[in-house]
Amino acid sequence: MNGKQMPDAKAYSEMVDRLTPKTPKVKGFLRAFWVGGLICALGQAIGALGGALGLSYQQLPMFSASVLVFLGTTLTGVGVYDKIGKYAGAGSIVPITGFANSVCAPAMEFRREGLVLGVGAKLFSIAGPVLSYGISASVIYGLIFWLTEVIG
Amino acid sequence: MRREGKRTFFYEEGAWIRSRACMAGQKESEGPLGNTFDQILEDDLLGQKSWEFAESEMLRRTVELCASKADMSSGDIGALLAGDLNAQIISAGFAARQLGVPFLGLYGACSTMTEALVVGAALVSAGYLKNAMCAASSHFCTAERQFRAPLEMGGQRPPSAQWTATASGAVLLDEAKTGGMRVTHGTVGRVIDLKIKDANHMGAAMAPAVADTICAHFEDTGRCDRDYDLIVTGDLGIIGRDLLMELLVRRGVPMDDKRLMDCGASLFSPEQDAHAGGSGCGCIASVLAGHVLSRMERGELGRMLAIGSGALLSLVSSQQGESIPSIAYAAAIERSQRA
Repeated sequence: MNGKQMPDAKAYSEMVDRLTPKTPKVKGFLRAFWVGGLICALGQAIGALGGALGLSYQQLPMFSASVLVFLGTTLTGVGVYDKIGKYAGAGSIVPITGFANSVCAPAMEFRREGLVLGVGAKLFSIAGPVLSYGISASVIYGLIFWLTEVIG
Repeated sequence: MRREGKRTFFYEEGAWIRSRACMAGQKESEGPLGNTFDQILEDDLLGQKSWEFAESEMLRRTVELCASKADMSSGDIGALLAGDLNAQIISAGFAARQLGVPFLGLYGACSTMTEALVVGAALVSAGYLKNAMCAASSHFCTAERQFRAPLEMGGQRPPSAQWTATASGAVLLDEAKTGGMRVTHGTVGRVIDLKIKDANHMGAAMAPAVADTICAHFEDTGRCDRDYDLIVTGDLGIIGRDLLMELLVRRGVPMDDKRLMDCGASLFSPEQDAHAGGSGCGCIASVLAGHVLSRMERGELGRMLAIGSGALLSLVSSQQGESIPSIAYAAAIERSQRA
């Protein structure tokens, strides 16, 4: 076609980058920061509540985590958490409520495929990698910790 | 001659558009084309047990409505040429199970509707079929769970992301002259891949395939953009449409901006938060069968070119790091002078 060819992949990629609007970063950061901060502050408040109820210092992280997971799961179930996530992005994905959301959402989505092959198999389809690598990392960390104690 | 150039079919006879029907979901009905659909779904599940069967039911209803508009029962359908985005095109297959008609399942991703028109018009024109029911569907909820994340997952979409339309469309092609609109040409696409890997940027992945098919169509038929009152693309979206315009300039066939309409870019208004626009097989299927062909029927358009484009990726191919190959099929539709 006399030099009237399609651009090559590199030239096209530049063209796509030029014509694609960028994700508004500053707005995204601000939203993530205040919503994420609010969730963390809520966790802190739940911890304080636990303290007032007479829980020991060791029990507090477990207490606030359980309450936050409960809240995250409930908000997912009633169809609110996805709206928060749409607004706040990483602000509501990174805290433990986001983890609860990532387990609850596939459980709801794949319920129709049954309790075994649906919910059972897909429950950790999103959170699974976090668990696998998180647990693996903690094993390695524990091993290093143990070695430093043995040597030290 | 039944061929023009390398890959364009010329339908000498028949392939008259006898009837057409389209349906869409609630969100689509709130968009700029909301009043052009025959029916709006009362709820996303349509009384079915899952999203997949809801989509299948929508497609079945659309086909039956299209047949009833032609005063036919589904038993009179020569063949159903249909497809959708679900794995193993179950929406179409299960709709065909209900309808009990001869079935040719097609997969061209979001190009399926125009692929069906290209193939259906050939079969009707050559006399193999008395009539061909060309149809396609997509459903937001089936596409989300198959290609992206569960519905209740809280996350953000980039500006280039598109919204899979819950919609379906059917066009019945007939060998006998009815209606006054006919499919005259069909151009078969090539699979084009310019190494776009971002599954949230389908417009960018598909624009080169659309450009390739348009150029091939013009070369084969000796026509140019001015020969068409409207050139309708499927679901390139706002960004993909811009990319197409620039690709066509580079290829030396610049297109008049006013002549180009992208169904995806037209389906939703900016306030509806669909980002770059609508997508899915049902996008061009419903907009073509409704809005666009209605305009032609009213005499506002004499000749048009419909180009559906599809991204031929799967979850497996993108997880294995492959780029997104795409294809586009073009169907030229004309209004007969006498009608």
